[in-house]
Amino acid sequence: MSRLPLTPSATVGPYLAIGLTWEDGEFVVPEDTEGAIWIRGTVFDGNGDVVPDALVETWQADPEGRFDHPDDPRGAVAHPGFRGFGRAQTVPDGEFALCTLKPGRVPDGEGGLQAPHVDVSVFARGLLDRVVTRVYFADEAEANAADAVLQGLPEDRRATLLATPTDDGYRFDVRLQGDRETVFFAV
Amino acid sequence: MTRTTPAAAPAGLHLPRYLREDPAARTPVGFAGYRSTAVRAPLRTPVDLPHRLTEVTGPLLGEDRVRPEDADLTRRAGGEAVGQRIVVHGRVLDSDGRPVPHTLVEIWQANAAGRYRHVVDTWPAPLDPHFDGLGRVVTDAEGRYEFLTVKPGAYPWRNHDNAWRPAHIHFSLFGRAFTQRLVTQMYFPDDPLFFQDPIYNAIPEAARPAAVSRFDHSRTVDHWALAFEWDVVLRGADQTPFETEDDGDVA
Repeated sequence: MSRLPLTPSATVGPYLAIGLTWEDGEFVVPEDTEGAIWIRGTVFDGNGDVVPDALVETWQADPEGRFDHPDDPRGAVAHPGFRGFGRAQTVPDGEFALCTLKPGRVPDGEGGLQAPHVDVSVFARGLLDRVVTRVYFADEAEANAADAVLQGLPEDRRATLLATPTDDGYRFDVRLQGDRETVFFAV
Repeated sequence: MTRTTPAAAPAGLHLPRYLREDPAARTPVGFAGYRSTAVRAPLRTPVDLPHRLTEVTGPLLGEDRVRPEDADLTRRAGGEAVGQRIVVHGRVLDSDGRPVPHTLVEIWQANAAGRYRHVVDTWPAPLDPHFDGLGRVVTDAEGRYEFLTVKPGAYPWRNHDNAWRPAHIHFSLFGRAFTQRLVTQMYFPDDPLFFQDPIYNAIPEAARPAAVSRFDHSRTVDHWALAFEWDVVLRGADQTPFETEDDGDVA
């Protein structure tokens, strides 16, 4: 069967806020949800400057490791109001913030479990395609040690994916370039 | 290969997988002629991520994100936008030709004079009080979408000497999986500014036609609007069962 050619990607450009702003974008769950946490971070460019015009989108499982999606064969999520999806712009100081629930472990399809993680897309002027990364959690050492994706990375690169605990959740900075360039994935 | 199935991963975890795009056919994340990619586009080779539950699912955003008037960008703030009215329509498909129904399509664009309603856009072209440049629709059961808008103007930017962006409309699409997420730009046929635009020319030559809409006389509206057709093609699913391929190596 012949395939249709894919539509090529393009940058979101500097005016993404016109089209991609949602009032409730940063709320993967309502703020008053039991167990809600904030994932906050800054996006840095290759000069170490903050990127003030990026869009960060997230997709994740709920605390039981289930997705709000019919292709999750294990059934519906059990957390009312849990959207699984978050969208936040970096404000002028470069920080984004997402209110969510910490995801549970997710089957890897090969008989094992993945460590809790959040898939992340970063869009910005100066990026012709999205860049994709994953948030893992630094306080999940045991699960992280058993995660095939994380363990497939060189040890010194793994740390770029580990969100660190804060007062109200976790911090996850994204470095687009440099010695500590975040691990980005091809999907 | 044979694998045991523990309780945490029930038997029958057969998931759709999505084709990986040939890197030679993709827009590269950075491009020398597009100046701001220099300090933003990652320099290391991305690591292949196996398509697992997180990647083959994704947000299914629909009608609750959209109001009927969001499909008509020509009537905002109680009046009519200035410019050449155009119908922009097409289908959202996957690369196997299957429609992607009930999926959110978000667009944004400059007004007819080439000015965005955004604090960063300050070039001396007029704003239009009746045009905000934002549109949202959900595709129908056959994957069709349609907007009424005005043709965006070209506009200057500081990328190189006397640089002008060809007229374009930004599109954002989700499909039904994280792997299918796409943000792109739709161009108009035969734009004389293509030759000097690094964002257009960053697209591999063979893929450029897929970024350009087609004038569609059959959908023009007499004494009202011209029409352009543009189909958006997202990655199709790979039907190969999950367990039968060794995709666990991310090194």
